[in-house]
Amino acid sequence: MSAKSKSEPTRRDFLYIATGTMGAVGAAAVMWPPIRLMSPDASTLALSSIEVDVSSIEPGQAITVKWRGKPVFIRNRTDKEVEEAGAVAIDELKDKEARNQNLGAGPATAVNRSAGEGKENWIVMIGNCTHLGCIPVGLSGDFGGWFCPCHGSHYDTAGRIRKGPAPENLLIPPFEFISDETLKIG
Amino acid sequence: MSGGHSEYNPSNGFTKWLDARLPLPRFVYDSFIAYPVPRNLNGWYTFGAILAIMLIVQIITGVVLAMHYVASTAGAFNSVEFIMRDVNYGWLMRRLHANGASMFFFAVYIHIFRGMYYGSYKNPREVLWILGVLIFLLMMATAFMGYVLPWGQMSFWGATVITGFFSAIPLVGTTIQEWLLGGFAVGNPTLNRFFSLHYLLPFMIVGVVALHVWALHVTGQTNPTGVEVKNMKKETVPFTPYATIKDFLGLSLFFIVFAWFVFYLPDYMGHPDNYIRANSLKTPAHIVPEWYFLPFYAILRAITFNISIPFTDIVLINSKLGGVLAMVGSIAILFVLPWLDTSKVRSASYRPLYKQFFWVFVVVSVLLGWLGSKPADGGYVIAAQILTAYYFAHFLIILPWLGWYEKPKQVPPSIADAVLKKKSTAAQPAE
Repeated sequence: MSAKSKSEPTRRDFLYIATGTMGAVGAAAVMWPPIRLMSPDASTLALSSIEVDVSSIEPGQAITVKWRGKPVFIRNRTDKEVEEAGAVAIDELKDKEARNQNLGAGPATAVNRSAGEGKENWIVMIGNCTHLGCIPVGLSGDFGGWFCPCHGSHYDTAGRIRKGPAPENLLIPPFEFISDETLKIG
Repeated sequence: MSGGHSEYNPSNGFTKWLDARLPLPRFVYDSFIAYPVPRNLNGWYTFGAILAIMLIVQIITGVVLAMHYVASTAGAFNSVEFIMRDVNYGWLMRRLHANGASMFFFAVYIHIFRGMYYGSYKNPREVLWILGVLIFLLMMATAFMGYVLPWGQMSFWGATVITGFFSAIPLVGTTIQEWLLGGFAVGNPTLNRFFSLHYLLPFMIVGVVALHVWALHVTGQTNPTGVEVKNMKKETVPFTPYATIKDFLGLSLFFIVFAWFVFYLPDYMGHPDNYIRANSLKTPAHIVPEWYFLPFYAILRAITFNISIPFTDIVLINSKLGGVLAMVGSIAILFVLPWLDTSKVRSASYRPLYKQFFWVFVVVSVLLGWLGSKPADGGYVIAAQILTAYYFAHFLIILPWLGWYEKPKQVPPSIADAVLKKKSTAAQPAE
C-alpha cells in the first residue's frame, strides 16, 4: 500500500474517492429532512400579522398584545416622556442603533425609536429582553421605562438599554398605522 | 489492573456450554466479583455505585411517569396534577423522580470533587475523566428538559432563558434558536421535542456510563494515597464482597437522605412558581434554575459588561455572548483539567498547598451557587464577578503554578506501606 501511494494515482484511487464523496453527500442528504423537521412549521409561520385597536390607550398608558407567541408592548408616551427621551445624548447609550426597520437605519434617537414624525408618542416593541428573553416590567427601572427582573436590565422610555447585561435596545417589530385607531403588526 | 487474566471457572455443563458461545457470565464475574479494588478505598469512593443506582431509579420512575404524562401545552400541567392525585402511586413516582434528580446531582458533585481531591484525573486516567465530564453535560441537558415538562412558570421561563443562550451566537444565533424551539417562542413544538429528548438522553447516559466503567476497569481505580497498586495480592481485595458491601452501606445512608426529602420535604428543592401554569405574557419576578445549576447561572449573570477594543466603540464580545461563553467555559474547562494540573503527585493528602486551594475552590463554588439564587443587582453582581474570576484562576493560574511551586510531602512507596504505617502508629499512641 505504501509503495503504491508514492506512485501515480490509479483508476482505483479515483473510484475510492468518488465513492467516498458520494457516500458523504448521500448521508448528508438523508440527514437533512429530520434536521429540517425541527424548524418552525407552516402553521407557526402562518401567524404572521395582527391588527390592534389602539384608540382607547390614553397618554401614559400601555398595553401588551401577543404576536407570534411573543408579547408586544404598545405604549402611548406622554409629551414629557418623549421630551426626556429626546434629551439623552446618543454617546451615553450602550446600543447606539435605533433598530427600527420601519424607519430604516439610524441613531437611537427618541424619534427614530418611535412610530415616526407626528406619531413620536407611540412606541411599539417586542416585549422580550434582548438578553435572554424574559419580559421586562413596564413603568419601572432606573430610567422610567422597563426593568427586566431576570438579570437586571434597565430600559428607558424609548426602550433603549441603559444598564445591565442586555446587549441591544428592545427590538421593534414591523408595524404600521392603518388608520389613527388601528395598528397592524407584522 | 484487570489485566486480561480471568479467574472465572464455569462450574456446570450449562455455564461451560454458554461460556464457549457468549461469555457473559465470565464478563460479569471478572468485572463485578473477582475484579480487584485497592483495599484502602474510603467512603467517598462509594459514590460511583450510588450514581449507577440513581440512574436506574430515574429511568424506572421516568418510564412509568411517561405512561400518564401528556406532552402538550394544553394537557401537560393538568396531567402532572392528575399523576399526583389519581394515578396509583403517581405521587410517589413523581416525588422520587423530581427529588431523585436533585440527589443525582448532589452525588455527582461529591463524585467530581472526590476526583479533584485525589487527583483521579491524572495520567493514565484522562479518558476516564473526560467521559465523566461528558456524562455530567448529558445529565445537565436531561435535567433541564425534564424541568420544562410540568409546564409551570419556571418551566416556561427557564426554557426561554436557556434557549436564549443560543441567540447569543453571532449572525446565525436567532435562526438556531428558532430551529431548537420549532417556533418564534417556547411553545407546543418545544414541549414535544423536549419530552422526546428527555426520554432519549438517559439511555445515551447509560452508553457513556458503560464506557466510563470500561475505562475504569482498564486502568483500575485510584485510591486515597494516589499510589498505583504494586502488589495485587497484598494491596487489593476482590470487588465482591468487599466493595459491594461497602457500596451498599453508602447507598443505604444516601437513601435515608433521599427518603427524607421524598416523604418529608418533597417540594423543598422545587420552586412554588412552578405550580402556576406557564404564561407567555408574564415573567415571574425572580427566575431561578434548579439549585444544581446555580453556580453556572451566577457565572452567566456576572458578565454585565461589553468587551471592546480599548478607546474605541468597537465591541468584540457583547455582555450577552460574554456571559454565555463564561458559563460554557466554566464546564468546558473541566475537559482539560488533566493537563492544567501539572503536579506529578495525585492525592491532596501529600500536597499541603493544593489541599488548601482545593477547599477554597469548594467554598467558591458553593458561594457562586448562593449568589445564583440572589437577585442580579448591586453587591451580588460584584461578588459574582470576583468569584467567577477566581473560579477560572483556580484552573488557569493556580493549578499550573502549584505543580511547579509546591513541594509535596513524601509519597509512600506503596499502598501497603501507607496502610501498615498508619496501623503501627495507631498501635503505639504513647510517644
